[in-house]
Amino acid sequence: MGGASEAVARVGEEPDVVTGEGAPAARAPAGQASAGWKVLPIVEGLVLLIALVLPWVLQDYLTVFATRVVILALFALSFDLVWGYAGIMSFGQALFFGAAGYGVALMARDLNVTSILLILPAGTLIGLSAALLLGGFLLLGRYPSSVIFVSLGTLTGSYAADRLARGWYYLGGQNGIPSIPPLTLGSYEFEEGPVYYYMVLGILVVVYLLCRFLVRSQFGLALAGLRENEQRIAFFGYKAQHLKAIIFAVGGTIAGLAGSLYAFHEGFVWPNMLGVVFSTQVVLYVLFGGSGTLIGAVIGTVIIEGVSFWLSDNYRDVWPIILGVLLLLVIMFRPLGLISFVLGERERVGSFGKAPKESGNAAP
Amino acid sequence: MPLLEAQGISKVFGKLTALDGAALTVGENEFHGLIGPNGSGKSTLMKCVAGAEVPTTGKVSFVNTDITAFTPTERARAGMSLKFQITSVLPTLTLYDNILLALQAQCSLFDLVLSRTRRKLHDQVMTMLTQFRLADRAHDAAAALSHGQQQWLEIAMALAGKPRLLLLDEPTGGMSLEERRVTGELLQPIKQHCSLVIVEHDLDFIRDICDRLTVLDQGKVLASGTVAEIQANKNVQEIYLRRA
Repeated sequence: MGGASEAVARVGEEPDVVTGEGAPAARAPAGQASAGWKVLPIVEGLVLLIALVLPWVLQDYLTVFATRVVILALFALSFDLVWGYAGIMSFGQALFFGAAGYGVALMARDLNVTSILLILPAGTLIGLSAALLLGGFLLLGRYPSSVIFVSLGTLTGSYAADRLARGWYYLGGQNGIPSIPPLTLGSYEFEEGPVYYYMVLGILVVVYLLCRFLVRSQFGLALAGLRENEQRIAFFGYKAQHLKAIIFAVGGTIAGLAGSLYAFHEGFVWPNMLGVVFSTQVVLYVLFGGSGTLIGAVIGTVIIEGVSFWLSDNYRDVWPIILGVLLLLVIMFRPLGLISFVLGERERVGSFGKAPKESGNAAP
Repeated sequence: MPLLEAQGISKVFGKLTALDGAALTVGENEFHGLIGPNGSGKSTLMKCVAGAEVPTTGKVSFVNTDITAFTPTERARAGMSLKFQITSVLPTLTLYDNILLALQAQCSLFDLVLSRTRRKLHDQVMTMLTQFRLADRAHDAAAALSHGQQQWLEIAMALAGKPRLLLLDEPTGGMSLEERRVTGELLQPIKQHCSLVIVEHDLDFIRDICDRLTVLDQGKVLASGTVAEIQANKNVQEIYLRRA
């Protein structure tokens, strides 16, 4: 009966709504103000601030470690787009990361190409092409492919690539490709340390902002529909499979960029980079930090890598057990990740529709 | 030529024959009710028309095109829209975004990525919400709505793409009497631009808004005609009396 009286009340209110087209829009800011402060930009700002001052307070060897973490965060972003935003269960994200790493390592070894202006586009392109091929095969079809098919398909792809790299002499077999020369720009060489760190951080910030723009756009709304109820949006006329293949390719592109930065930073590539270990690791980063938020992926990477580093230093023997239990606890009790301690459901999902005035401020 | 013509539709699930040569014809701007006892195959016929199920045999034509093999996406793009029996609004999104999601379904990817149509669609979103008496809750999450309001939101979403045919599977299920009455009022105006096929248990509701009825029994068409013809039909009276 409550529903009925509510409905009657609403009928009574209707004239107010109809008289002013602007009335509902005018109410929007009030609704937002009552939701209080926006948490997300504050968290993002804090993380950026910390990242910017880090090399000033860390010892050199720790800056090298921090650089690796920033590259892995870029990798985590790529998986977060695919899984956290589009709901595609990809267990083979490392395939794109590693393929690009191997590709640029070969360019350096066999063609003596180390210019950042060639290496990064090449790595990106390798990631994109690999993702287009695998995504086209797994996701495009007249009818949507099952979750099992996609997750096993990506897992198998990653595993097969790992085996291939181990067995192929040209790729260095088990040892991979060692002693990759430093990345160059003209005569300048990017050695490990603060410069490499800031370069990678700059790339992360740019990619992060692009992703942020994408997931807050109308395309992001389509992605929200895709992950919540794929069948429903197909009945609206969305080409759901195309949407999935596109975001999968975007994810592969970013993973490729991360993979090429990683290869040159570490100075070598090895089969694990392509395989199941890295693919699973990135799933954990995103789950731990909070899937479906970009900053969650970054935070998850930083915390897992940071904690592993610290634990392995202090508890040499048992640290993987401690880390495993920690991950399990978070995933059991905070399925939305650490970010859900500070971020509410409403803000995580966000809102895409804006009254014209507001969108004038928000859209670049 | 009728807008929708489904002929000889059969659907077999394992040993169960849900539909056995059923047919359905709907004209332009016609409200067509699909009624029958539980298990008579109403929902299955609706799903075969909408593309949620592939019929075992039979042919579905829509706007003079054979759409039997069309996917749901292709049917939607041809001008057909479906409201599921179970409400499937996206609960975490706001009402506004639910409607926008439905409205932008046929925008190009380019427009979506650059959000080029967001401003243009704003007025349409608010019009839809106002029409379905939900405008004052535009920025609430859909999960916060009452069951009846979720049904209205879903109808609004199904209508957002300006379909020529709307398929409604039990729109008043679980609604109070007052909400049913309002639903009837909300549906009337769409007749100017859209035909409707409606599966419904509430015969009073069907009688009030439909022009023609098709009665299914055990997967077959028992009768089809205007509301007056069906009411006078002895066979129909019998199955409803038998059930009562």
